[in-house]
Amino acid sequence: MSGWRDVDVAIIGAGVVGCALARELARFDCSVVVLEQATDICEGTSKANTAILHTGFDCVAGSLESRLVHRGYELLRDYAAAANVAIEATGAVLVAWDEDQAASLPALAEKARANGYPESVLVGAHEVYELEPHLGEGVLAGLRVPGESIIDPWSVVSAFATEAVRAGVELCLGTRVESLEREGECHVVCTTSGRVRARWVLNAAGLSSSKVDGFCDHHDFTIQPRRGELIVFDKLSRALVNSIILPVPTKRTKGVLISPTVFGNVLLGPTADDVDDPGATGTTREGLERLLDAGARMMPELLDEEVTATYAGLRAASEHQDYQVRRHEGENYVCIGAIRSTGLTSSMALAEYVMELMRSAGFDAASLPAPPVPVMAPLGEGQRRRYLDNELIAVNPAYGEVVCHCERVSAGEIVDALKGDVAATSISGLRRRTRAMNGRCQGFYCAARVVAMMIEATGRVASDLTGLPR
Amino acid sequence: MSTDVDVVVVGGGPAGLSAAMRLRERGVSRVVVVEREKVAGGVPRHCVHPGFGMRDLHRLLSGPHYAETMVRRALARGVSLLSATTVTSCDEGGVNVTSARGTQRIDARAVILATGARERPRPARGVPGDRPAGVFTTGQLQQWTYLEGLPVGARALVVGAEHVSFSAILTLRHAGVATVALVTEHQRHQSVTGAGLVARTWGHAPVHSFTRVVEIIGRRRVEKVVLENLMTGRVWSETVDTVVFSGDWIPDHELARRCGIVMDPGTLGPASDALGRTSNANIYAAGNLLHPVESADVVSLWARDVADTVAAELLHRAEGTRPWVTLGIEKPVSWVWPNRIIVGHAPTRLRLHTESFTSARTLQLVSSGHVVAEQRLRRTTPNRSMNVASSFVDALGEASATIRLR
Repeated sequence: MSGWRDVDVAIIGAGVVGCALARELARFDCSVVVLEQATDICEGTSKANTAILHTGFDCVAGSLESRLVHRGYELLRDYAAAANVAIEATGAVLVAWDEDQAASLPALAEKARANGYPESVLVGAHEVYELEPHLGEGVLAGLRVPGESIIDPWSVVSAFATEAVRAGVELCLGTRVESLEREGECHVVCTTSGRVRARWVLNAAGLSSSKVDGFCDHHDFTIQPRRGELIVFDKLSRALVNSIILPVPTKRTKGVLISPTVFGNVLLGPTADDVDDPGATGTTREGLERLLDAGARMMPELLDEEVTATYAGLRAASEHQDYQVRRHEGENYVCIGAIRSTGLTSSMALAEYVMELMRSAGFDAASLPAPPVPVMAPLGEGQRRRYLDNELIAVNPAYGEVVCHCERVSAGEIVDALKGDVAATSISGLRRRTRAMNGRCQGFYCAARVVAMMIEATGRVASDLTGLPR
Repeated sequence: MSTDVDVVVVGGGPAGLSAAMRLRERGVSRVVVVEREKVAGGVPRHCVHPGFGMRDLHRLLSGPHYAETMVRRALARGVSLLSATTVTSCDEGGVNVTSARGTQRIDARAVILATGARERPRPARGVPGDRPAGVFTTGQLQQWTYLEGLPVGARALVVGAEHVSFSAILTLRHAGVATVALVTEHQRHQSVTGAGLVARTWGHAPVHSFTRVVEIIGRRRVEKVVLENLMTGRVWSETVDTVVFSGDWIPDHELARRCGIVMDPGTLGPASDALGRTSNANIYAAGNLLHPVESADVVSLWARDVADTVAAELLHRAEGTRPWVTLGIEKPVSWVWPNRIIVGHAPTRLRLHTESFTSARTLQLVSSGHVVAEQRLRRTTPNRSMNVASSFVDALGEASATIRLR
């Protein structure tokens, strides 16, 4: 993209919300661009979360978040199945470790019902231990939430983006929005790589959503980045955990949980610390220690296992208890802001809701036949991975050639990810699309080869990929 | 598709190749080594410095030359080598593999696990901060430099000061990278005498003792590393674009754990006797999977003993399970190997690791609450194994025992 562009819709941000919007709009007869400041999709809040498909049982009843999480859960569950995105209905058990927490469980069950989720069940300590025999001592009671599921968060965003791009949406990466100007019915979006005149502007800028809202002179909310640090344990710990183990939530955070991942690891986290810098995605000694302390109480055996990775993500929290989704009267601009940790679950419902807002404000593009749902590479341990797929290996032997040994990623999958419609352009992008280098050795065995493959497939220069000066 | 062999060896490094060729020498006819990399040879493939082959081949070779020699010799002895082939699971009857030819079952009368060891990467060491590019382990750095010829950076900090850490300086130098310093939380480096002096004078890289990495800073690329002296509390930072996490070895034990054999809490490898016998009569183990880590030539020599045992037991398999006792540890001993002793079979060797430097102390063998053996031990160095006369455990009866320092 360069110079001037005229489009029907400009979406700011290519996280899970922006890509869900792009996918939704690709089903209408209109021109759409997605403007993303990072050089890849899924680079902000969407890349570092707890990877859970929430039922919304603990949302604020009656909130927009509650409604959209509830609806989004069903939409994303079905979409993930269609797009071959790994998802496992592990269920969750919310565990009370003291009398106060135990006393609050019936109210949580009631809240779940108010959120349209009547399936939660109060259980005694004995049953909690039957469900999760490796929990530490001191469980008093629990609340089973059978619908909570785990999902591959990265492939969801990739699938949305791939579907949108294949249907003609233009994805402009490395394009930061610097200002927004009204021009009659339209907005002119000034970016680092040119100007876009758009009939509609959708602000899905995540951590920057309040800043972009400010470009339109709206000050309805302020993003207060909330950092969540997480520890990923080795796959050999997966057998310790059957379901998502939740603490009793507080007003501010869902608390530190232990959750299996679809990749076969176990997550411990997140912390919840307000930070000022929207780039503060580093982990801290204090944060990691807090997690290990919590983990030692919840599941002592977990700490005997090796740590595979640690990371921190920033949730786009605000001073409000609910999402900030709003179209101001007379403006063809919708802000989709303050989408907190539930945004992955609600993403498709958010897109649906934004379409309703646009429709009621006169957006009248004709519907097109729905584009085919892309079929993503099977990355989940519950799926048939490429290295085991004899039919595919017979067609393309590179699927049998394992390059990343810890995660069993084949050469064929790496090449696919570098050449897809929304191809990996960075080492971290390749990790998210294939799992290569995400395993216990963190590249001891494969990183050199993977990077060499990347250079060969893309013609990129090694120093570019590794952040060195040319 | 399935193949039937006498012995399948998982891993084509020094231990696996050495065991395989010894099996052939002992008259075992069908021996297959399964190697997941395209080229067999294991870690020495990317250790481009001399120091290999002394004790097993009686020659002084570089790592790659040693790896090639081992592969050539194994092939010459009639070992079948399946490279670029990954073992996806194993059991007492053989292994399941995948490769460009698809999945395959290899049935075997015995399995030898020789999957080696790797260095703990940054996250496993709990080092916080940003996650920029420029963070390596030595193994990764060596492959990066010697196998792929990729650019590394300009200034590096090496975390760790054991043997392999000094090898990292060589690799960095070859890659045109200046090593700013080595840092270790211990009181001094743990390599051979003089290594620190050589690093300081020739490599211009001082060893900072009692020092830990507090934080790594950098957005796209490492920009600096914050360090802390654990004794004085002084905190400072080094401006570097590269950090190499060296040493701190852990067995690559996934297959071993998943096939259900008993693991040792000290080494984190399979519990085994000195002949590589594990808790499953058909599954043996060899090399640094058992004892992280010994040098390649030592590993290769000891793997011959495992092969001799496998060859003998293929002919005369012991009936039923053999009674055995475990050799446990008490801190600061961090592991002892062998850690499983078959009753009536005195081990041929005994190696011991401690987690910290210790001065001359008494090593005790404690069984059923009694000290059954004692021996003076000279000072120990962490990250280096030391020999203990295997007669030390002669007093072991039919009860398990613990080794401790007093």
